[in-house]
Amino acid sequence: MTADWPILSLTIWLPIIGGALLLAIGDRCSNASRWMALATAILTFVISISLYCGFDSSTAQMQFVERAPWIPVFNVEYYLGVDGISMPLIILTTFITIFVVIAGWEVIQYKPAMYMAAFLIMEGVMVGVFAALDAMLFYVFWETMLIPMFLIIGIWGGPNRVYATIKFFLYTFFGSVFMLVALIYMYFQSGSMEILAFHELKLGLTEQIFIFIAFLLAFAVKVPMWPVHTWLPDAHVEAPTGGSVILAAIMLKIGGYGFLRFSMPIAPDASQELDWLIIGMSLIAVVYIGFVALVQQDMKKLIAYSSIAHMGFVTLGFFIVFQIAANSDASGGAILGIEGGMVQMVSHGFISAAMFLCVGVLYDRMHSRQISDYGGVIHTMPVFGGFMVFFAMANAGLPGTSGFVGEFMVILASFRANFWFAFLAATTLIVGAAYTLWMVKRVIFGKVVNDKVHSLQDINRREFIVLGSLAVAVLVLGLWPAPLIEVMDASVVSLLEHIKVSKL
Amino acid sequence: MQFEASNLIPVAPELYILGLACLVLVIDLFLDDEQRIFTYALTQVGLIFAIFITLSVGQTEAQIVFDGSYIRDGMSDVLKVSIYVITIGAFLYSKEYLVEHGLFKGEYYVLGLFAVLGMMVMVSAQSFLTAYLGLELLSLSLYALVAFDRDSKAGSEAAMKYFVLGAIASGMLLYGISMIYGATGALNFTTVTIALTETGMEDIVLVFGLVFVVIGLAFKLGAVPFHMWIPDVYHGAPTPVAQFLGAAPKIAAFALAMRLLVDGMMPLHSDWQQMLIILAILSMALGNVVAIAQTNIKRMLAYSTIAHVGFIMMGILAGTPEGYSASMFYTIIYAVTSLGAFGIIILLSKKGFEAENLDDYKGLHERSPWFAAMMMLFMFSMAGVPPTVGFWAKLFVLDAVVGVELTWLALVGVFFSIIGAFYYIRIIKLMYFDKADNTLPVVGNLDTRIALSVNGVLMLALGLFPAALLTICVRAIGG
Repeated sequence: MTADWPILSLTIWLPIIGGALLLAIGDRCSNASRWMALATAILTFVISISLYCGFDSSTAQMQFVERAPWIPVFNVEYYLGVDGISMPLIILTTFITIFVVIAGWEVIQYKPAMYMAAFLIMEGVMVGVFAALDAMLFYVFWETMLIPMFLIIGIWGGPNRVYATIKFFLYTFFGSVFMLVALIYMYFQSGSMEILAFHELKLGLTEQIFIFIAFLLAFAVKVPMWPVHTWLPDAHVEAPTGGSVILAAIMLKIGGYGFLRFSMPIAPDASQELDWLIIGMSLIAVVYIGFVALVQQDMKKLIAYSSIAHMGFVTLGFFIVFQIAANSDASGGAILGIEGGMVQMVSHGFISAAMFLCVGVLYDRMHSRQISDYGGVIHTMPVFGGFMVFFAMANAGLPGTSGFVGEFMVILASFRANFWFAFLAATTLIVGAAYTLWMVKRVIFGKVVNDKVHSLQDINRREFIVLGSLAVAVLVLGLWPAPLIEVMDASVVSLLEHIKVSKL
Repeated sequence: MQFEASNLIPVAPELYILGLACLVLVIDLFLDDEQRIFTYALTQVGLIFAIFITLSVGQTEAQIVFDGSYIRDGMSDVLKVSIYVITIGAFLYSKEYLVEHGLFKGEYYVLGLFAVLGMMVMVSAQSFLTAYLGLELLSLSLYALVAFDRDSKAGSEAAMKYFVLGAIASGMLLYGISMIYGATGALNFTTVTIALTETGMEDIVLVFGLVFVVIGLAFKLGAVPFHMWIPDVYHGAPTPVAQFLGAAPKIAAFALAMRLLVDGMMPLHSDWQQMLIILAILSMALGNVVAIAQTNIKRMLAYSTIAHVGFIMMGILAGTPEGYSASMFYTIIYAVTSLGAFGIIILLSKKGFEAENLDDYKGLHERSPWFAAMMMLFMFSMAGVPPTVGFWAKLFVLDAVVGVELTWLALVGVFFSIIGAFYYIRIIKLMYFDKADNTLPVVGNLDTRIALSVNGVLMLALGLFPAALLTICVRAIGG
């Protein structure tokens, strides 16, 4: 199915060109750059909505396909397309970017045009990562993504930003170059750079294990999984609010997407062999990182650790599939695991974005992220307090919010595999509730602790729109997740059928 | 050998450059300092003209002339054109710097043109002796250029070091050539190849000959452990000379390696492959690690060159057409990138002030957003981060290495490029994240500005559309 308009190309290049224009215009007319950025972001979102409207959810085929030769000598193509797994993530990207632009509206006074441009270019590149069906195109987008983020953290970040951003860059660069070698290796095995051709490629177990480990290095750093997660708290703490939002809401999802698009279908037997490793790492992330989050004094750090724990659910959901396949023939459980992981990714995109924006709202007023500096915010900022409590509940997985749906699905799937996995995963609901609610209790409730808190102003209309829209998204996805699940269903089923067949 | 006029057509570009160099030399004698600009203009226009001459004598099939000692083929055409373009670029960058430092003399351009001629001879060599002649012509011109600033102690010292070590390298090369001549009885590559196919590696003299030739080559390329001259020469030479030295002769050195090893001694491939693997790994390891410790940007770029040479050798040692064209692509891209990186140093240097410490780049983004962005592109390109073209260069080389089942070597290569990424992004960190010590706006001559902008945008443009240049490289090697 080829659309009349190259919608994917538009979604990728419109923000990139918009960003380039912004760079060219610069800060000559102060507010024009902000309005232009907002217009570009909204237009991109509207275009990406047409992906959802025109999507045929009955098939697992790639849709909105665009193909053109790029480097004929190496069979590299400009090859784009989406299925039910990548399409929701693209819309998540375009949706969140709008709020990032709005959130930086007044706060960013230093070179706002460049700030907005970096986020727009970032948006286009991230959509490219999700839409690329050619391995080299994917890799180009994947690595390009580092450049704007490197600059965003380094230029607009906090006091320790240089350390954080170089750590971020080198960690992710380290992870991804090994993936590059794996991609080249598979190019020689298959004679093509198409990701879908890699899926069909027959590989021996040893080869699969090496390829799996190369991908694991790339994706585990990105997700991030314990024990390669240490860049994330640093990056989050130092990044400006918008940077944290993009990092948590979208960049982390790219790691999860990578497992679904590369690791599992390309190396199913290695995934089967090594599923204990991923499941183990995920459970450690869920439980241990949950406890680490409990003792944080810095709000952003706390949310960063909670992100790692939540992403642990995602990887657990994906790889539990192999345990279920080993235990019984119930493929229903397997579908539940992957779909739960996907829902969790989208939901975490909303919730973590909202949480970081909440912290951003407080930070803009008080210039502190220390929990101990706050207390009794609800007395001076009642509307904001309401939002923050709501998002905290969602983060803790309260039924009715989107946070519940994904976690519940993954825990259900885990039960089919092993009681103790499910038990361990379910404890996070308690730990998660503990660290989030305890933070909320200390920040929002209680007595007004100091004069600064006393003189706080409640959120303005701009902030209300941002938090309000995200709250609606969290509620809608929590109460009625069916449209999202429906869209991905065919793709997930076909993925499961694919990985069931051994390549040996 | 009978003289035939048609023999001269394939060497028309060389004759033309020789004539141009002599013409510039003579005309310059009659000019006084205010009219020196004429020498410059003549050189530049002459070089642009050389591009057309080279393209017009170019044909698809190779021509071998002068009793099999000289060749004109696709590879030589492409490499010669890139040598002209890079030389034009280097001269464009350097004019203002030379004027400011009182070095704007006709000899600079004459020596530059003779260096170009030397490189052309190396590129087209089809016998060991021709290769050696070209190499010596290039080296002698470069020794003089490095010492061009007569009052600079560092410059003279660098030239002295370069001369002594270069002479040792030439000696090694000649010694190796003499052994090969002794074992095979021939100097031109075609005959040597035939002789080698017959004798194989039985002959111990041949093994020694090969080792000495590879050592000589490694000296000229600047591969570890024969790299000692590079940092000192880059550091001591006037910046425009270092720029020229770091760019165009790399192309010639690549050609020399191709001619000597591939055209001349392909039957010994498995032997020189082993040697090149060791040299490549050592170069990438030492170059990248030591570059981190540098505080002088010229020395840092020198060590980065060493690391890049390791990558260039990885393509050659693959021993396949894919590897050669990947290496060729890499060399051309590296030359263009390094031209730009040195261009930034030239842009920021003023009379009596060399912007050669890393700290001089602090806050460049505040002072000149556009040129900071250009430098960022050069640095990302050297680090091999897409969407800059440096990524494709690395990718094609890795591709070739994996293609001959040396995947482990590709892994070693990418591992060291992670280490390398650190010192490149440190420059970006200085430019973008640190506060400037002074906030003087960057003023540069129009020539330098245009050259830098074109050069920087090229990094991105070639990164988005690498296919054309790659196809040219593939055709040049294949045909």
